[in-house]
Formats: sequence, structure tokens, C-alpha cells
Amino acid sequence: MPALLQILVLVLALGLCIRPLGDYMARVYTSPKHLRVERGAYRLLRIDPDADQRWSTYAVALLGFSLVSILFLYAFGRLQQLLPLSLGDKALPASGAFNTAISFATNTDWQWYSGEAATGHLIQMAGLAVQNFASAAVGMAVAVALIRGIARTRADGRVGNFWSDLVRTVVRILLPLAFVAAIVLVALGVVQNFASPHVVHTLAGQAQHLTGGPVASQEAIKEVGTNGGGFYNANSAHPYENPGPFSNILEIFLLLVIPFSLTRTFGVMVKDKRQGWAILAVMSTILITSIGLLTWAEMAGHGTAPQLAGGAMEGKEVRFGTAASALFAAATTGTSTGSVNSMHDSLTASGGGVTMFNMMLGEVAPGGTGSGLYGLLVLAILSVFVAGLMVGRTPEYLGKKIRGGEMKLVATYILTTPAIVLIGGAIAVSFHGGLVGLEASGPHGLSEAVYAVTSAGNNNGSAFGGLTSGTPFWNILLGMCMLLGRFVPMLLVLGLAGRLATQQKVPPSAGTLPTHRPLFVGLLIGVTLVVVGLTYIPVLSLAPIAEALK
Amino acid sequence: MSTAVTWSTFLQALPGAFRKMDPRELISSPVMLVVEVGAVVATVDAVTSPSLFGWLIVGWLWLTVLFGTLAESVAEGRGKAQAASLRESQKQTMARKVDAWDDQLGYTGGLATLKTVEVASTTLRVGDVVVVRAGERIPGDGDIIEGVATVDESAITGESAPVIRESGGDRSAVTGGTVVLSDEIVVRIAAEPGHSFVDRMIALVEGSERQRTPNEIALNILLISLTAIFILVVVTLQPFAKYSGGKQSLIVLVALLVCLIPTTIGALLSAIGIAGMDRLVRRNVLAMSGRAVEAAGDVDVLLLDKTGTITYGNRQATELIPVSGIEPARLSTAARLSSLSDDTPEGKSIVELVNRDTTIAPAPALHGATLIPFSASTRVSGVDLEIDGRLHRIRKGAASAITKWVHAEGGRTSSDVDTAVGDISATGGTPLVVAEQIDDLPPVALGVIHLKDVVKEGLAERFAEMRAMGIRTVMITGDNAITANAIAKEAGVDDVLAEATPEDKLALIRKEQEGGRLVAMCGDGTNDAPALAQADVGVAMNSGTSAAKEAGNMVDLDSDPTKLIEIVEIGKQLLITRGALTTFSIANDVAKYFAILPAMFVAIYPGLHVLNIMGLSSPKSAILSAVIFNALIIVALIPLSLRGVHYRPSAAADLLRRNILIYGVGGLIAPFIGIKLIDLLVSTLPGI
Repeated sequence: MPALLQILVLVLALGLCIRPLGDYMARVYTSPKHLRVERGAYRLLRIDPDADQRWSTYAVALLGFSLVSILFLYAFGRLQQLLPLSLGDKALPASGAFNTAISFATNTDWQWYSGEAATGHLIQMAGLAVQNFASAAVGMAVAVALIRGIARTRADGRVGNFWSDLVRTVVRILLPLAFVAAIVLVALGVVQNFASPHVVHTLAGQAQHLTGGPVASQEAIKEVGTNGGGFYNANSAHPYENPGPFSNILEIFLLLVIPFSLTRTFGVMVKDKRQGWAILAVMSTILITSIGLLTWAEMAGHGTAPQLAGGAMEGKEVRFGTAASALFAAATTGTSTGSVNSMHDSLTASGGGVTMFNMMLGEVAPGGTGSGLYGLLVLAILSVFVAGLMVGRTPEYLGKKIRGGEMKLVATYILTTPAIVLIGGAIAVSFHGGLVGLEASGPHGLSEAVYAVTSAGNNNGSAFGGLTSGTPFWNILLGMCMLLGRFVPMLLVLGLAGRLATQQKVPPSAGTLPTHRPLFVGLLIGVTLVVVGLTYIPVLSLAPIAEALK
Repeated sequence: MSTAVTWSTFLQALPGAFRKMDPRELISSPVMLVVEVGAVVATVDAVTSPSLFGWLIVGWLWLTVLFGTLAESVAEGRGKAQAASLRESQKQTMARKVDAWDDQLGYTGGLATLKTVEVASTTLRVGDVVVVRAGERIPGDGDIIEGVATVDESAITGESAPVIRESGGDRSAVTGGTVVLSDEIVVRIAAEPGHSFVDRMIALVEGSERQRTPNEIALNILLISLTAIFILVVVTLQPFAKYSGGKQSLIVLVALLVCLIPTTIGALLSAIGIAGMDRLVRRNVLAMSGRAVEAAGDVDVLLLDKTGTITYGNRQATELIPVSGIEPARLSTAARLSSLSDDTPEGKSIVELVNRDTTIAPAPALHGATLIPFSASTRVSGVDLEIDGRLHRIRKGAASAITKWVHAEGGRTSSDVDTAVGDISATGGTPLVVAEQIDDLPPVALGVIHLKDVVKEGLAERFAEMRAMGIRTVMITGDNAITANAIAKEAGVDDVLAEATPEDKLALIRKEQEGGRLVAMCGDGTNDAPALAQADVGVAMNSGTSAAKEAGNMVDLDSDPTKLIEIVEIGKQLLITRGALTTFSIANDVAKYFAILPAMFVAIYPGLHVLNIMGLSSPKSAILSAVIFNALIIVALIPLSLRGVHYRPSAAADLLRRNILIYGVGGLIAPFIGIKLIDLLVSTLPGI
């Protein structure tokens, strides 16, 4: 498909879905009624779904749930060989199981292993795919808690019920979406079976093992939940996961639809839809710019081969072409998905830099399910703080005052991810254990290391290839990056939600800073680029920038 | 009231600036503390491996620290002179204390005759009673319980005209250090020595009791976290540089760090706060806390008393309406004649109104005339005089009283009078009727005088400004709803609380606060005290009672209620200045990256030369220029931080657009130009 046409189709499809899906999600999170299946789940788990939790209780429930998820996945990985449908795959090594457990429970889906070689059907379905639903739902729960914090008045720090948010997200949003998406994917040619590997004898007389499996069902939630963990090592570049241009554009659509629609949910729940559109405008502007930059970088690839091929084709699938690969790369790094349909290691230096910068912005354009929205809302509060002072009032966002207590949480949030990425990166290039994993040397090698910690710290999960990450050093380093990069920000956001929910609302007046106008949209983009982006400029100048300017 | 910052201001502030470089003092400004630690590290590095470049960087780093402390020192210096003159007024004096039992002192009346003893003013305690005569200094803050006196308050207000203070009522408070000019008063002391109003004032203008305000704390948190991020960036940059084969010297890393952390706002933050308080003091407003000044910027509702704030406080004649068939000149002459014996402000305003009309002949001499002075019981004034041998009896007064008189004397009032009286009443004015009787003929009503509360000039425009800023104005008055609404309409306030009691006022404040709004008000009476205490910004008039002054969080020494509007503007300007300089500081970083990063790494990656878009002459010159710019911009912005950024009341969206353009976009561009210019100079140095 021509570059512009597919973007047009994407924009059109998203434009049609954001409103109804956003409205629907707002109803899901505000309806007092429980579905029968949900009530069953609550009874089984002995949970009162109507208890309005304080932010701290909400956080404890969330951490408890995630901890159990991690322990469960770890046990699954270590005991795989004893379980059915393992296809003869062996137990994962301790550090590998640690990494994978965290990876899937944090919505990162970083994979140090090859899916088809290391994980059997059962762990894929009952372990990893379950977390693909659950971890996405956890992210959305935190976003909804923050929205409630903003929307509520004098609620004594109460931000909703974690269990009900979690269960409703899975039952009413993710499952139906993933179900429909899986059916369409199957129709488009994605495989779905439980067969043992199919052995094919090639012309050269060698045997090839073609592993099938429940791919379509997993592919659907992999994108819908912005997870990104592929059934196969080649991820969405694999023809069984992503057979052609239509499945490709569908997958891009799927990974964008919830993060974008949540802006509408936000607008509806805070009873000011313009606020949602403003956030949407920020996300779209950043994403469209990075798609443009990436496409341009890949089309204008240096060297004779790219010139002849009409674009840099190394590491890309011929059936997608340059434009569709660039689009996918921008979308997967702009969301925290991390599935890939081309090898980012082989992107041009500038193109690779764009994917890295997308993640470094903190996964906010539009970011992961839930995490994108809450990340951008925190940045909006930061922008309001600086800009609000410039209109001569104590800064307020949607009627909530931003004072010392709020700023402590916001400032720590802004500090956390850069700290994880920079310290993680510095550790990686300072120790032998890190350096041996790098395939390239010079700026490209640094890119490999920085990309990995950035991807882990921001819970993206895509890989820059080249890096041999299955070693204990990398497994543990990246595991820690993912763990801290997920839960520290979440705790801060929940604390912020609690504080905001306790406050009373200041009614808007002509003296209030309007946060729905283009001026604020521009300001928010500026703050995101300058405050978050500038942090990474030094290291980027040694990696992709140095490489591009060689 | 010069606010200019001159070289001598800087020189005078220099010793204080050096003292403030003590790390124990700097701890309150973490950004500058980091710069100082960086300067120490760089110095050590320069000593161990000396080079011209190294020493220049070290020098400029220390200058950066000095410029930061200098800003604060200059800001404080401006209050020092004022504090000194205030201290002068607090010199110990002798006080004549009434020597009596406590229960005796509890009575008021006849205390001045009791025996007194001379004690030092510093030994006076709350509840002591002192007698102060003309020419004496009042020994402490208190309330007059007996007598009336003119008092010279110029020591604290700077206003040379004496003011009248008297017992009872709302002008009973006196301030220690002020001088009684005439008469004798008995004062009950209301403040312990050392805790008086002037003591507080001294502490405020010197900034010695300065506490961080909520907004300053929040901003400081942001600055600390930005500093922490950049420390991380620089500390982790070394391993990345090492990996890339371009290990950096310590001095270059420190230079990068200092350029990236928000030193501009970090250095100027406390100066901005001190200067904000100072601006209030210069307008003769004392804020008891910086928190109140900040709250003033946030105010959503202004409660303004009608009398004295919105109107001049007394009704004035604005118009004479003759009945048909009567010459306007005849009415004017009669109105003036009948008012000559009326000493009330209303009466005087009638005389003034007629005198302004040059077509009316001056009032004749009243030889042998009988004056009938105005009295509250008759509500009538007038004059009986002979003109050309005929006795003219002229009366002026309340419509009902004059109508009664006309009827009693056998006359009739025309329907014109009733119409005019009705019209004036309907608009909230007060109608007075003028009638004349010549000899024994029946009296004739000549016309109606329109008295009304006159709204102060320019208020309507100010209220329109307030509305643009999103502030609602509410007029409080004891008048009935008709009068209140008429005045409100004329003044352009948004809302009215008519027939208001102090309880109503308090209830209104509570209701607004319930809705999340911040309320400002001013007041002077003791019955205003609860409302002043409840309001987020309560401005007490200096002429008011001690109770009112204690309850409010600001005191206006000029006792000018309209100043509330200025206070709001100063509060806003303070916040805007902070926001503008923060934005400027952060925006500056972009240019500094373009200066320093290529300089650091061009040796290992020559391609990075492309990023040197300013075309700086050499890596050393680039780094040095960025450091110098970073230091000089602090000094350059000291005057702005003291003066406050330009503020014109307007809607938030317009303010934001303007300030983002100047300080955001300006902050992006300015350093590119500044660093380039400095580089042109620096590059002429040999070896750089």
C-alpha cells in the first residue's frame, strides 16, 4: 500500500473508533452494575467489588496482584518441562525465568528467547497470554484511578476499586476486542492450531520444523494490550503472525486503538470532553511527526542499495516495504507495544534514533494501554505548573491545585524513568557482562545497549537486535529496569490520584489557565520534548546521532 | 520610590553576597549549592592539572555562585534602609503608666486622672494602660480607651498629614512609635514589646523572618528534581563517553552540569520572593506572611464595602430638577440659600454644586437673616431673609418634611415634585425638596435636589479589568436592595450583598470558600474581625481597631480599601515572575546543549561538528562561553526579578500567550545569540 494511503486508512479507522470506544470504556468504569460472570469472579476471590478504595489500598491490591503474577510466571517458566503441551521445551534458566516473568507482568514483553524454540503452547497461552490481558488491564486501572482522582471532589483519597477495574477491563474491553481481532486475523491468514511442529523436507534435503500454535488469539491481545511479545522470535515480521499488508495495518490499528480512545474516556469521565481532545492532539502530533521522520529516514537511506531499492530494505520484509515498516516501527515504539515487523537494529541511524526517542519520551504518544494516558497527564500537570505560574495563579489542572505535595510526586515521576535508563545504560557499558552482549562496536553498539535499557525501562519490549540478551547479566539488569520502570511510576501516579481526589475543585474562571486550547497543546508538546527529551540528548549524541553524522 | 538597580546597589550588596556563599546558608537554595560543590570540585581539578582554560572555568563557576547570592543580597538591601528608619521609631522611650489595680483599669472613664508612674516602654505588658500627651511618642501598640488626638504616623506610613485617632469606634488603634501631636489620650497596650506591629514590619522588610510560601516550595521541588536529573545525565555520561573512547575531564563535566541545571531561576528565586514583599511594603501594605501575598494572586472573589471603597462614602448633590414654570436659576439660588445653614456633607455638596455653576450670581450676604440650621429631627434646613422688602422663607429638606410644611402653610405641591421624588428614589438616590414662601402667599415647591452616592472615578474600568482576570467583585452594603443595585450598576460590580450584617458577610465568605473559591476583603471595625479572619486575604485598615488588624493577614497603612485591587495584582505579578524565569531557565538548555555537546565529542566523532550551529570557534571556547553566559544571565535578570515582569491585567489565555512568547521562545533564542557573542570575545584569548 502506498505510504500515504495506509496512514489515511489508519487515521480514518481510528477516527471512527475513538469516540464510541472511549465512551464505552467510560461507561465500563462508571457503571454501578456487575455482569454475572464478574460477580462469579468476585465471589470466588472473596472480593467486595463495590468497596471504594483509598489510593494506598488500591496500590497494595495492584502490587499484590502483580507480585503473584510474577511468581506464577516464574514458576511456570522453571517448571515448563513438567507441564503438558511443552513441545519438549526445557525449563527456562533462573535469570531467564526472572526476566520473562517480570517482562510479561509489566506489559513489557521483552523476550530474550525465541518464542518458538523456548516456550511451549501451555506457557504461551496460560502464562504469557493471560498476562497480556492482565498487565494491560493493570495499566488501564491506574489510568482510570488517576482520572477519578482528577474528576472527584473531596473523596478522601478514594480512587475506585482495583479488582473491579481489573476484572471489568479484561471482561468488558480486552476480551471482546481481542476475540473479534483474532477472528479477523485468522481470516487474513494468521495461523491458529495446536499442532506439533510440522516437518518439511526442503529441496536441499534438509528438514525444516514449522511450529504452528494458537498464534492469532495471541497476536490479537499482543497488539490490543500493547504487549508486543511475539509467538515467534521474528514477531510481527513472521508470516504466521503477520501475513500481509492488510494484517499489518490491522495490527497497527489494534495497538493504537485503546491508548488513543482512552483520551476520550478521560474527557467523558472528567465531564469536559475538550480536555480529552487536547490530550489526543498532543499524542497525535508527536506520533505523526515521528512517523514522518522515520519514513523519511528510511526512504532516504544512505548507500547504493537503498537508493536502488527506493528505501533502506535491510532488515525489512519485502511484503511490507519501507513505508509500512516505518509506520509499524513508529507505532510500536510510540505505544509501549514493542512488537516489530522489521528489525530495528537495521533501521537507518536516524530512523533507529527516532524509535529510541519515541520510547525515551516516556511512552506517551499515545503510549501503552493506560500507561500512555497517565504518563501524559503527569506531563500535563507539570506543564500546568510552569505555565500556570505565568498567568499569576497557583497552578491548577481541571480545578485541582498543584502545590508542593503534588509536585513531589510529579517531579519524582519525571525523574524515575530517566534515572533507570541512564543508570542501567551506564552499568551495561561499564561491565564486561554487558559489553559481551553487544554485537556492534562504536556508536551502533552503544545504541544496542541504550535501546535495550530504554525499551525495558519504558516497558516497551522491542529489541534492537544485535544484542545477545539471554545472559544472566542482561536478564537481571533488564528485569530490574522493567520492574522499577513499571511499578515506581504507577505508585507515584496512584499517590497523585489520591491527593487530587482529596482536593476540592476550583471552579474555572477567566483567570484559569485553559488546558484545552492549541496553545496548551503546543506547550505540553514543548515541555515533553524539552524536559523529558533533553535528558537523553547527550547519550543520543554518542549513539544514533554520532552514527548518522558519520 | 526608586526601584532602579544601580552599580552602587550591587557594590553595597557585595559583602552580604560573600557571606551568603557559606554552604550552610546556601542549603536553602539547592541548585546553587550544587553549583558551589561543582566549583569546589573544579578548583581541585584545576589545581592538580592547571591550565588557562581550567582556571577560567573555575573563575566563572565561582562567579556564578556569587551572582546568585548577590541577587538575594540586593533584594534584601532594599528593605534594610526602611528597617533602619523603623528601628529609629522603636527606640526606648519613657511611658507614663497608670498605676492602678487591674479591676480599676477595666473601667473606662476617668483613667487620665489617676496617678501615673514613669516606666521604660520596653517593660510594658499587654493590658497596661498608659497616658500619652501631645508631643510624646506612643510607647506601644494599643487601643485608645479615652480621648481623641491627632497623631503623626509618618514614621511608619511615610504620610506626613496627621490622622485623628479616638476612643470607641473603628479608629481607636494606635501604633507604637507614632507621635501624638495634640490632646491627650489613654491607651491600653495590646502587644508585648518585641512583638509589636513595627517589630513585625522590620522583620518583614529585612526578610529575616522569610518563610517559604507554598508555591515557592512546590517550585523548589521541581528545581531539585531537574537538578537531580541533570546530575544523573552528567554522571552517567562519563561511562558512555568512556565506551565511545572520549573520556571527559572533570572540569568539562562540571561545566556541563552547571549549564544544564536551572541556575537562573535557582539563583533568583528567593530574590523574587523578597522583592514581591518589598513591592507591597512600598505601597504601604504589610503582609503578615508571604502565603497571604500568594493567596492574593489566587483570589476569585473580592468583597468590597460600598462606603469608602466604591463610593466616597457620603451622598452628594448631583442634579437640581425644577418643577415646570420655575426658572432653574431660582431653584439653584434657593437651594444654596437654604443649605448655607446645613453643615452636613450633603448640605455642603449642594452649595458646592451651585457654586460650580458660573451663571448663578454669588450668594448675597445674609444680614439680618434668620438661619434655620439642619437637624436630624426636623430633617429640614432653611433661611428667612428679606429681599427687596419682602420676606422670603426658603426651606430645603426631606421630601415628606417639606411637603408637610407646604401643606401646613396652605400651599400645594405639584405633581412634578412627586414624579421627580419617585424617580430619584427608584434609582437609589435621595430626593430633597426645595420650597419657598414669599410673605404670606402659599409656599411653592421649586424643585427637587438629587443626592446620591458618588462612585469613585475609574472604578468601573478597574472592575472590568478584574472581570477579565476572572475575579468577581461583590459589593457589601447596609443599604436597601434598590439603592445597592443602583450603585452596583453604576460601579460595574458583579454582585451585591444588600442590607448586610457582619454575619451575612461571614456567611458569604464561607459559601464562596465552600465552592472552592478564594476570597479577599478589607475591613476596619471590630465587627469585621471574624470575616477578616475567615477570608483568604483579609486586609485591615491601619486606622481600624486592633482586633481587625490582628484578624487580617495584611494591613494597609494608608487605610485605602481600593488597594485590595493592587494587592491582587502584586500577588499575580510575583507568581508570573517566578513562572517566567523558570520557563526561561529551562528553555535556555537547548542552546547550551548545542554549544557543549559538539565541543565535548567532536574529537571522537567529527561528524558532530554539524551540531555546532552557532559556529563557535573552538571546543574550549564553546564550553567557556556557555559557562560565562550562564553566569552573566543571572546578573542581567536581577533587575527584572526585583521589579517583577510587566503585568497588565488580562485573561489567563492572553497572559500565557504573551509570556510564553517572551520567556519561552525568547529563552530558546537568547542564549544562541548570547553564547555566540561571548564566543567572539573569548576566542581572542590566546590558547582558547
